[in-house]
Amino acid sequence: MINATLKELSAALAAKSVSSAELAGQFLDRIAALNPTLNAFITVDPEKTLAEAAAADAARAAGQAGLLTGVPLAIKDIFCQQGWKTSCGSKMLDNFIAPYDAHVIERVRAAGLVTIGRTNMDEFAMGSANENSYYGPVKNPWDLAAIPGGSSGGSAAAVAARLAPAALGTDTGGSIRQPASHCGITGIKPTYGVVSRYGMVAFASSLDQGGPMAQTAEDCALLLNTIAGFDGRDSTSLERPTEDYTRELGNSLSGLKVGLPREYFAAGLSADVARVIDEAVAQLKKLGAEVVEVSLPNTELSIPAYYVIAPAEASSNLSRYDGVRYGHRAAEYKDLVDMYEKSRAEGFGAEVKRRILVGTYVLSHGYYDAYYLKAQKIRRLIADDFKKAFEQCDVILGPVAPTAAFNIGEKSNDPVEMYLSDIYTLSVNLAGLPGMSVPAGFAANGRPIGLQIIGNYFGEAKMLNVAHQFQQATDWHRKAPAL
Amino acid sequence: MSLTHQDVARIARLARIAVTDEEIAATGAQLNNIFGLIEKMQAVNTDGIEPMAHPQDVSLRLRDDVVTETNHRDAFQAVAPQVAAGLFLVPKVIE
Repeated sequence: MINATLKELSAALAAKSVSSAELAGQFLDRIAALNPTLNAFITVDPEKTLAEAAAADAARAAGQAGLLTGVPLAIKDIFCQQGWKTSCGSKMLDNFIAPYDAHVIERVRAAGLVTIGRTNMDEFAMGSANENSYYGPVKNPWDLAAIPGGSSGGSAAAVAARLAPAALGTDTGGSIRQPASHCGITGIKPTYGVVSRYGMVAFASSLDQGGPMAQTAEDCALLLNTIAGFDGRDSTSLERPTEDYTRELGNSLSGLKVGLPREYFAAGLSADVARVIDEAVAQLKKLGAEVVEVSLPNTELSIPAYYVIAPAEASSNLSRYDGVRYGHRAAEYKDLVDMYEKSRAEGFGAEVKRRILVGTYVLSHGYYDAYYLKAQKIRRLIADDFKKAFEQCDVILGPVAPTAAFNIGEKSNDPVEMYLSDIYTLSVNLAGLPGMSVPAGFAANGRPIGLQIIGNYFGEAKMLNVAHQFQQATDWHRKAPAL
Repeated sequence: MSLTHQDVARIARLARIAVTDEEIAATGAQLNNIFGLIEKMQAVNTDGIEPMAHPQDVSLRLRDDVVTETNHRDAFQAVAPQVAAGLFLVPKVIE
């Protein structure tokens, strides 16, 4: 059943043609066989997983099973989960066993989903290639020489390699969408404020948002139903009526207005990606969509604005790692400041340090207006661009990344080169909009390429509708790598 | 703008991250490249633009002034590097 969707697994569990314990066993066996190659998981704990599966089977026997009870789920190692190591890909938290559950974890536990393992990621979610993990890079299951994308690279690789039927990720600047695109799976970053950040290790608080990653849009909708919702412990969680994200899946796309931002199809886009997006748009036209050209003139400014705002917030958030209450503490030090400085120097990797330094500088005395405030003003310009564009269309389509996955090591020595590859995803986080990646084809070298769907605020059901209809007409999302 | 080695050392001190001279040299060059990218913002006219801190214009909620947390000290201190008698231990700070 390793190729089954959540929907199919749910039906098989309900029909009692498979038990949760059997399912967990199948995926654990596959992880044991393939994870040494892929490095998609940081922590696998069969004992805990099988106990959760047994509890799910018992709940079902007692007539208390919900739609997803007993279904295995991989968890990005950024969500605090009581009793599980929550490392966030960092040496700093290598010894951290979470003493409580994130809101999202409470939700998936209540729904009876079974933790199949904790996935690898860029350290503190900072990266676009999953090369910044203390636990080593993740390999792309489609091509072991390629990056899986980041920062939720372990989650994406696990789903693509069928080590888990679905996973949780987080997206601060593209960290769900870009690895989903590079690994040929579906992932959605919800509107900022829809999924609680409580218990999700903080990177850039005004941008961070958790979301589902799975084979299909329908599965993402089912998982979003599980994890979305108000939580008073997250100060930016939004109080809104509960939504059923599957409610529009079956709708026709006839008359749907699809916006193509001209800035997303300009210089810098590879021929492979341009071709795949053109074909996807043509497919949607066949399904009844109308295409309009829109403009997002400040797109290029999203890179400098993001690389001020995200590091600034990170430098503040990561000041909590002081070697006092939890996390790494240096073995030897001469006084308190020396303890801080050594613990942080040893506990953080190179990219995390770079971003903390950038953030510290832009927030330091006399520079606030020139950098952070300036970036927040540009953030407004970027959000206003989307507002204007959505007056003309229902959803915006474009690439997720300029190229298919690049090679491991190709950009790791040049941070700026790496940052530039985030051009199509950053502005969605800055504006706080929902965005998703849907498998849409392959590059000439066989690496997957995703189509990005950007929705208006709270437009998740509409985006999932577009993605689901696209997946009814195509089979890119059912293709799996040979492993 | 170009950061000197002294600048990098000062920022690292503010960030409480120990850096060696070699790291300062290597990091300084990378930071200057990153700031080269960031400086592109300065060419944009943002006069009269309201800074955006949060995508939704919502004000912070107030909660009832009641106790909502129970005592988790033992659980939280189980992951601490050094504790005694319910306190987090650090090197002596007062002579």
